[in-house]
Amino acid sequence: MILSINIVENNMLNMLLIAAIYLGIFSVAGLFLVLLERKVAAWFQLRLGPNRVGPWGLLQTMADALKLVSKELTGTVKADKFLYNLAPYFVIISSLMALAVFPFTQEFQAFDINIGIFFLIAISSIGVIGILLGGWASNNKFALIGAMRSGVQTISYELSVGLSLVTMVLLTGTLQLSEIIEVQKNGWLIVQGHIPAIIAFMIYMIAGTAETNRAPFDMVEAESELGAGFHTEYSGMKFAYFFLAEFINMFIIAAIAATVFFGGWLEPAWLTPLGIAEVFPAIGVFWFLGKTFALVFLMMWFRWTFPRLRVDQLLTLEWKYLLPLNLLNIVLMALIVWLGLTIQI
Amino acid sequence: MDTNIANSNLKSEDYFINMGPQHPATHGVLRLLLTIDGEIIKKVEPDLGYIHRSIEKMCERDSYQQIVHLTDRMDYLSSHINNEAVCLTVENALQLEVPERVKVIRTIIGELTRIASHCLWWGVMGMDVGALTTYFYGFRDREMINDIFEETCGARLTMNYNIPGGLMFDIHPNFVKRTKDFVAHFKTKIPEYDKLLTGNVIFQKRMKGVGILSKEDAISFGASGPVARGSGYSCDVRKYHSYSALDKVTFNEALKTEGDSLARYEVRIQEMWESLSIIEQLIDNIPEGEHKVATNAVIKLPKGEFYQKVETARGELGVFINSTGTKNPYRLKFRSPGFSNLSLLNHIAVGGKIGDLVASMATLDLVIPDIDR
Repeated sequence: MILSINIVENNMLNMLLIAAIYLGIFSVAGLFLVLLERKVAAWFQLRLGPNRVGPWGLLQTMADALKLVSKELTGTVKADKFLYNLAPYFVIISSLMALAVFPFTQEFQAFDINIGIFFLIAISSIGVIGILLGGWASNNKFALIGAMRSGVQTISYELSVGLSLVTMVLLTGTLQLSEIIEVQKNGWLIVQGHIPAIIAFMIYMIAGTAETNRAPFDMVEAESELGAGFHTEYSGMKFAYFFLAEFINMFIIAAIAATVFFGGWLEPAWLTPLGIAEVFPAIGVFWFLGKTFALVFLMMWFRWTFPRLRVDQLLTLEWKYLLPLNLLNIVLMALIVWLGLTIQI
Repeated sequence: MDTNIANSNLKSEDYFINMGPQHPATHGVLRLLLTIDGEIIKKVEPDLGYIHRSIEKMCERDSYQQIVHLTDRMDYLSSHINNEAVCLTVENALQLEVPERVKVIRTIIGELTRIASHCLWWGVMGMDVGALTTYFYGFRDREMINDIFEETCGARLTMNYNIPGGLMFDIHPNFVKRTKDFVAHFKTKIPEYDKLLTGNVIFQKRMKGVGILSKEDAISFGASGPVARGSGYSCDVRKYHSYSALDKVTFNEALKTEGDSLARYEVRIQEMWESLSIIEQLIDNIPEGEHKVATNAVIKLPKGEFYQKVETARGELGVFINSTGTKNPYRLKFRSPGFSNLSLLNHIAVGGKIGDLVASMATLDLVIPDIDR
């Protein structure tokens, strides 16, 4: 598990190998996230969930993926073929690229750039281009409405995602993800930054849910309003790309929160005296994934409990409430850092 | 938004969308022709006929016992109450007095049907505003009622329990106990419904002040049932033209004056409480006696016109029979609640967003086979 990866020493072959490993791991991991969502939904809804394919239904989504791969790709006659075919790749590539910068342990990180947070925000906003293209090019009115809603929604909520992360960057003084975790050896940032950090975390989770187009912000696909929204006309593997990207995006949003607010691969402070991490550094993967999945579960909890907002209420929430609150929060955080009121353990 | 477009040089055009006949929000095969400007609804035209089975024409061919079976397939969620409507019309025409036992059992099962129908509506209502979990909670409780029905009359949905002159069989020995169990169970579940959906801030924002229907409009569109009562129009047939054993019980008519989607929602939640109270008043006092009175094998109604209305879960269902004295009706007309309630969809949805249209439509509680017959 301990992969020592240093970008400078790597030759082309190594990079390709790592890319292949990441692609493999996360495509499969995405499938298991889908399974997790279906299981969580079932638990919320007094059902058992998938339990026929493999033990506890573990192979259900694998079977689904195989079915989708083997399906015929259909499309509308009057679709703009080039853009229609291009759109899913924008979405899936942007999600997979974002995974490259996450530190899973101290050593296990594919790409440690000094603008990590900036890279994440920039990459995750490429996905919306794919959604807009897909909705526009498939020449379907429902898809078009879905795509337009997506554009409005993602552009608005990106501000909140970005600003809430900027609030935390004020505290760390660096954009590099490995250094952000170093800083947290004195206590997780949500503890260090106390009040403004908690506000930033809540705003981040709301805006992050909206960024991934999940309920209660699933305006983009809004089943009862638009049928399937922007991917109405997609079938087979192209649909699977959109679907998988949604789940990988959810993982990314949760992983950013785990890294920036909850110390990433660091173990909880009360476990440090035991010295497990020094003997066995790979345990960091467990802590990182544990925190991430706790947050993923939180997002699933939202989805299976809340009704959907209306499109104008969605924008009101962002522009009238979250954004001003966010800006005030930045000032508050700046004051706290300036006056040295942070909590250091 | 409108003024901005009018003042700018940009040209904007309305466009047209076909919602249905296959669409998740139309709950069946209803087609809506929407004219929209961006997200704002300009016009809604319902287009019917996709599930028309000419039930009224078939009635002219059938005997009165057979007609009862056709009514199951209209508003399938109120099948027992539909059956009852036809039976009451025939019994009134024959001036046939049914035993007290029959009246009480009819009322209890009718109220259970109403609760079952409202459970399903509540689940689907949540689903239409995006909360998918409600669907399963509603179905869990509805399932218990269906089990009770299954034990007594062998059917879960299309019941055919009523016949002119009484009931097809007597109730099952377990019926009273299971109904009491259900009442006790469901009393703990309605507060759960409120916790999950009613009190949710997003839900309140989606429903409050949306799809407003004034009392005057409710009357002039011929609205009935919870839709009309949500607008403050007191029109409960059970109160004003009491039938079966409903004159023996006391209950309040659920009434709200706001006229918005939330009011219609709350009226139905309130109705579930009232139905529970009606069942509780009757369940211990089912009189002994016969479960039917004998009628002729071939029922011939006297010459004339007969009308009977009942309150289904959706509103006022009227049955009009024009008889020429033969074994078939010359003409049989159903006044179905869904048809009138659908007619006001355009009125309450124009000016709202697409999401509002879906939410308002859910509060009308449309069952398409009831509208199309």
